[in-house]
Amino acid sequence: MRRRPQIALLPDGRRLHLQDGPIDLVIEGCGARAAVEIAYAAAAETFTGLLDQLCDELPQLRRRAAAGSPAPNGVVARRMHAAVAPYADVHFITPMAAVAGAVAEEVLAAMTRAAPLDRAYVNNGGDIALHLSPGQRFTVGLVASLAPPTLAGRTVVDAGSNVRGIATSGRQGRSFSLGIADAVTVLGRTAAEADAAATMVANAVDLPGHPGILRVPACDIQPDSDLGERPVTRGVAALSPDEVTRALDAGAAYARELVSRGLIEGAALHLQGRMEIIAAPRAGPFEVLPTLAARPSPTESLMNA
Amino acid sequence: MTSEGSPIAAVASDGDKIRCDACPVMCYIKPGNTGACDRYANKDGILVRVDPHVVLQRTVSQGGQIVPFQKSGEWDGKLVSGRDVLVTAIGAGTTYPDYKPAPFIVSSEVDGVDMVTVVTEGIFSYCGVKVKIDTDRFLGPETATVRAEGEAVGHVTTGEYGSQMLSLGGVHHLTGGSKKEGRVTCDTLMNLCNGEAVELTIDGGAAVVVQAGRPPVVNGVPEVRMRVGCGSATIGMFAKQWQGKVDEVVVVDDHITGVLSEHQAGKLLDVADTGIKMKGRRSTPGRYFQVAEPGTGWGGTQISDPLTVLGPFNPKIARPGLRMLMVSTTGEHYAYFELDENLQPVEMPLPASLQQSVERIQENCEPALCTVLFMGGAGGSLRAGVTDNPVRLTRSVKEALTSVTSGGAPVYVWPGGGITFMVDVTQMPAGAFGYVPTPALVAPIEFTMRLEDYAALGGHMDYVRPLSSLTGDTEVRQAPAPASFKTGGPR
Repeated sequence: MRRRPQIALLPDGRRLHLQDGPIDLVIEGCGARAAVEIAYAAAAETFTGLLDQLCDELPQLRRRAAAGSPAPNGVVARRMHAAVAPYADVHFITPMAAVAGAVAEEVLAAMTRAAPLDRAYVNNGGDIALHLSPGQRFTVGLVASLAPPTLAGRTVVDAGSNVRGIATSGRQGRSFSLGIADAVTVLGRTAAEADAAATMVANAVDLPGHPGILRVPACDIQPDSDLGERPVTRGVAALSPDEVTRALDAGAAYARELVSRGLIEGAALHLQGRMEIIAAPRAGPFEVLPTLAARPSPTESLMNA
Repeated sequence: MTSEGSPIAAVASDGDKIRCDACPVMCYIKPGNTGACDRYANKDGILVRVDPHVVLQRTVSQGGQIVPFQKSGEWDGKLVSGRDVLVTAIGAGTTYPDYKPAPFIVSSEVDGVDMVTVVTEGIFSYCGVKVKIDTDRFLGPETATVRAEGEAVGHVTTGEYGSQMLSLGGVHHLTGGSKKEGRVTCDTLMNLCNGEAVELTIDGGAAVVVQAGRPPVVNGVPEVRMRVGCGSATIGMFAKQWQGKVDEVVVVDDHITGVLSEHQAGKLLDVADTGIKMKGRRSTPGRYFQVAEPGTGWGGTQISDPLTVLGPFNPKIARPGLRMLMVSTTGEHYAYFELDENLQPVEMPLPASLQQSVERIQENCEPALCTVLFMGGAGGSLRAGVTDNPVRLTRSVKEALTSVTSGGAPVYVWPGGGITFMVDVTQMPAGAFGYVPTPALVAPIEFTMRLEDYAALGGHMDYVRPLSSLTGDTEVRQAPAPASFKTGGPR
């Protein structure tokens, strides 16, 4: 008998919540009611057993990806393998760098195969797979820091762009980072590609050898981390404006390289209150708009009156 | 593949690491760390769930049963019964600094409005406990340092009626001293908060074992009762019962020792002078300060022989055969004397007629307990885990739109700025407190408000989850009935 994940609708009655082991998905599909119901059923069906299948190949997925290494068997594992392959010849990367995005992508694919949807997203802890039918768009909030998650702005992804995946990575997220970025958000063609790229760009925002950066071997914290003994960032002191510029420049240069190689559509890099935006010309405008002001509470309005 | 076996079991251990079998990821987890899911952790070599989301089912009656842990991860579509359920923060998990939205933001329908409980486990560097120890025994001078394992963890603070007070913890001891001081302070606070016994020593004073809800043990002697009143008050309360049965009564008390024949209460009852001569400093007639040094003997003094507080009787007034009762403020110590021909007190068995008054004093003394109130301040980052505009949460609490609970227990929120609260740890479920190596204490804190108020204060609406989504893998416990005090609640 298969383990059943947790499956529930969120209180708004619109969004679906799926959870199994370390995976938490928040899903929304828009379209005809019957279509959404079919899509949600397909999401739950695909999600059931997905973690088990992934874990069957976990040892291999935690190993460094090398050019020409054999592809794994599982459908999610194959998405992960493909997403990290472009980095494997030069950098250390394991397929695990794309696991969150790949899971989101697989579940979204199952939904859109099952029923026609106007638009849909699968949000796996900030790594998001998007579906947009012609003319549709999503407004996406950008996070400046994961400590706490504060919105730095928002951007709009419309069906005319190539963007179908968004991922955010940073040293304060749930996974380890080799870099010092507070948050790096990448717009990519797929969620798995965006996930891998966000990891790599966040790693590139760095000041190697800086004494104010505390690094600890990953395996000292999680013995089975795919990063092994590589030093992961555990603390960053307040940096001077010059240092912030240098670190952001390093990350931005790498992001531009990924744009020019066609691996990403854009990136927003955040470090200690500063933001750097990189966008592919073909991605359309990657504008950062102000966040919508929070509605004042009734009592506050009264107090101000 | 993992079967339906208990998730609370490690299938293998490798050195100090353990392997979790809660899900097929099968993480190796080091002591003090969690697995990839942040839900299971290695605590001293044992795999524990850090999130069994403790859902406290409020019942009107006290002391309900603990509903067994629901293991199945499957959502059965059933809602837990609406408004009687409060989701507590225990095991919600937290992160430091509080960079993620509060791990679980739960919504449930109450009275037709969407209720939101923002559930988090706060990390409190600014926190401590106030310990009230019901005893008249001298524990140590005010402001004296209180130690655990030889490390300074707090101090003796202003005494209260019938009780000695300790103030332990605080940022100064947690992070301001040596590493060991911080660690020992953190351990002490956590153990006290989790209802465990802690041995404390006070510079220039006593060794005391403190455990929330239990009698204190002072220098190895368990305290039984807290006094009914000071020595003078005891004279006032029982003077009438002594009339005619005894000529003189001395109620020995470290604070104010009372003497029946000189006391206003005795005068009103025409009790004759006895020629008694008290040591110490006379405050007003029949009321004496400092009859002896403070200690753990009679009435919070150091004496074991009550006669040491007396000088010689005045031969002009005293007469042989004069009957005198000496008793402590709790009735725990007592002795009966009669004067011989030389006007020397000679101890005699307590007459049955006086036995009753001693028992009455004992009966009027409540059981001596240690009570532990956790006190902490919800910092800006903790509040940011609840809302993107932290000060609005503070205002919302002050305006009583948001109620605060800790592990489901009612709290007292101090007036003024910030969210500084106190909670009786015995009202909280067992094991509610944890720590992080900072060192700082991890305590559950819940903010409950209407969904629209939550949205208005800039809440993380995207993270709101229905109560039903928690019920599949949460532990349901009966909550204590709501206590009488409360700082406010949802409208």
